[in-house]
Amino acid sequence: MLQIKKLHKSYPIGNSSLHVLKGIDLSVEQGEMVAIMGSSGSGKSTLLNIIGMLDEADSGEYILDGLLIKNLTEKKAAVYRNKFLGFIFQSFNLINYKNALENVALPLYYQGLKRKERQELAMFHLEKVGLTNWAHHLPKELSGGQKQRVAIARALAANPKLLLADEPTGALDTTTSNEIMEFIQQLNDEGKTILMVTHEEDIANMCKRIVHLRDGVIIEDKKIKQVRAGHYV
Amino acid sequence: MFDLDLWREIFQSINKNRTRSLLSGFTVAFAILLFTILFGIANGLQNTFEQEFVDTATNSIFIMSGRTTIANEGLQAGRRIQFKNEDYEYVKEEFNDKVEFITSRVYKNVNASYKNEKNSYSLIAVHPDYQFVEKNIIKEGRYINQNDLENRTKIIVIGRLVEEDLFIKESAIGKYINLNGIQYMVVGVFTDEGGDNEERLIYMPITTAQLLYGNNDYIDQINLTYNPNLNYDQALGFSNLLTRKLKSRFSVASDDQRAIRVFNMAEATQQIDLMTGGLTVIILVIGFGTLIAGIVGISNIMIFIVKERTKEIGIRKALGATPKSIISIILIESILITAIAGYVGLLIGVGVLELSGPSLEVYFITNPGVSTSLVIGATITLVLAGALAGYLPAQKASRIKPIVALRND
Repeated sequence: MLQIKKLHKSYPIGNSSLHVLKGIDLSVEQGEMVAIMGSSGSGKSTLLNIIGMLDEADSGEYILDGLLIKNLTEKKAAVYRNKFLGFIFQSFNLINYKNALENVALPLYYQGLKRKERQELAMFHLEKVGLTNWAHHLPKELSGGQKQRVAIARALAANPKLLLADEPTGALDTTTSNEIMEFIQQLNDEGKTILMVTHEEDIANMCKRIVHLRDGVIIEDKKIKQVRAGHYV
Repeated sequence: MFDLDLWREIFQSINKNRTRSLLSGFTVAFAILLFTILFGIANGLQNTFEQEFVDTATNSIFIMSGRTTIANEGLQAGRRIQFKNEDYEYVKEEFNDKVEFITSRVYKNVNASYKNEKNSYSLIAVHPDYQFVEKNIIKEGRYINQNDLENRTKIIVIGRLVEEDLFIKESAIGKYINLNGIQYMVVGVFTDEGGDNEERLIYMPITTAQLLYGNNDYIDQINLTYNPNLNYDQALGFSNLLTRKLKSRFSVASDDQRAIRVFNMAEATQQIDLMTGGLTVIILVIGFGTLIAGIVGISNIMIFIVKERTKEIGIRKALGATPKSIISIILIESILITAIAGYVGLLIGVGVLELSGPSLEVYFITNPGVSTSLVIGATITLVLAGALAGYLPAQKASRIKPIVALRND
């Protein structure tokens, strides 16, 4: 599903440069649920951005679903992002003047679907996250957990091959976090491949595999026994 | 292709950020309002100038005489120069190839009466060509003709207002008017675009007037129009030559400004044209300055909008928005706001001109207004202005990196 070989990335800081990723090798299979852990500055967010095609590596190889991701034009990157990837962010990143339904329908708009189809599909996904009754509410009228569920529905709307989550529970309290994690686990059960950046041990333990990053290299990569979030709810 | 969804996106964005849209629109509306009013006033001034000269052919030359002011060839200063029929014939023969129409004029003031109606009018005795020099339009009947000249017929052609004054509810054609004790038959009624004064005149064959009022061959003035194919310089050369020839014919010093005066309409028209031209340039400069200020204003606001929407644009890009779609959104929003606001400004401007128009005539502003072509031009300018104002911000927006925009803050 996803292969990364000898990935390097550095950022220029003044005259010198900061070497953030120092040769990452990572391969993720279909249906996996991987947590990328590390302290801040370990390069985990950079790795996620490169996987999400929001950033480009200096060297190394990145293959997504058999497709070499390299030297993409902005337009191509946009199309690939839309087709292959779903994003879930710590701060939800909903568009504040669009209601829940319109937010979920946005990636479908960029796929070129007709309005009616978009709304039906968006409604279907909102139903999946249990927010049918909140479809016409603006983000500011929703709670944090509800916002994140709208964001998840939006990430799912375009039916992506890979779900990327950047600290998805970072802005939520424990109970809500568990609810969200339970839902993400459910998605994984249904076969979605999920890649998640987190620095919380208990959240990472709810995945099936943990990749530890420190100073730009993988220091540990192990499969674990998944803790079901449902136990806490 | 008309993309309904794109427009829906844009309308939502404008609608949800109404204050922002209104503010940016206001700048443009105000700029266009000022532009329209300035332009309308310039047009009004131009109309006033043009109206002053509309009743006389622009290729006219007037030849007048007075007293000499400089002694010349043994003749004293203060000598009165009197044109006669032979002078008319001389100009006509000498400049045959350059003269289009030519007429003499003799002036008289007359008291006219018909039945119980009486009034006094200016009488001008002329040649038939006068109709074309003065741009008279025959409303009824006929003008003076060659036959009248030869037979010294006692006929007159009267202005529309003379007919109105003297002939209440009846046609003047064929009726006899008493002018200072002599009966004349009215053969024609004319109109003139030069205003009321030009329509309170009575025309008579010049030969008749010379016979009846003094039995001489004096003429007061010679009017002519030159060949319209002459350009400005040629026309000026012609009138200069005419002046020189007449001065030597009457033994007038070449630097005597009074004895023989030749007034070339082309010179006056040229001066008026220069003046209105200069005025138009000034107003255009001010108007376009205002317009540019408006464009810069909206451009500023669009840059601010892009800054404000950085995060939203980042989200859109992460969700698969191409740079092109981002540019369209910002650009079309800018064009739309500019075009609508500009149109509102234009409408208000036209309305103001329309309402204040009549009261501005005291200030030499006649019929201020903007033409259809200007409105169309302004529309195109507005769309271009919106595109120009939105282009840089849109470019900026399309280059926003989602990773930067979405950084947690």
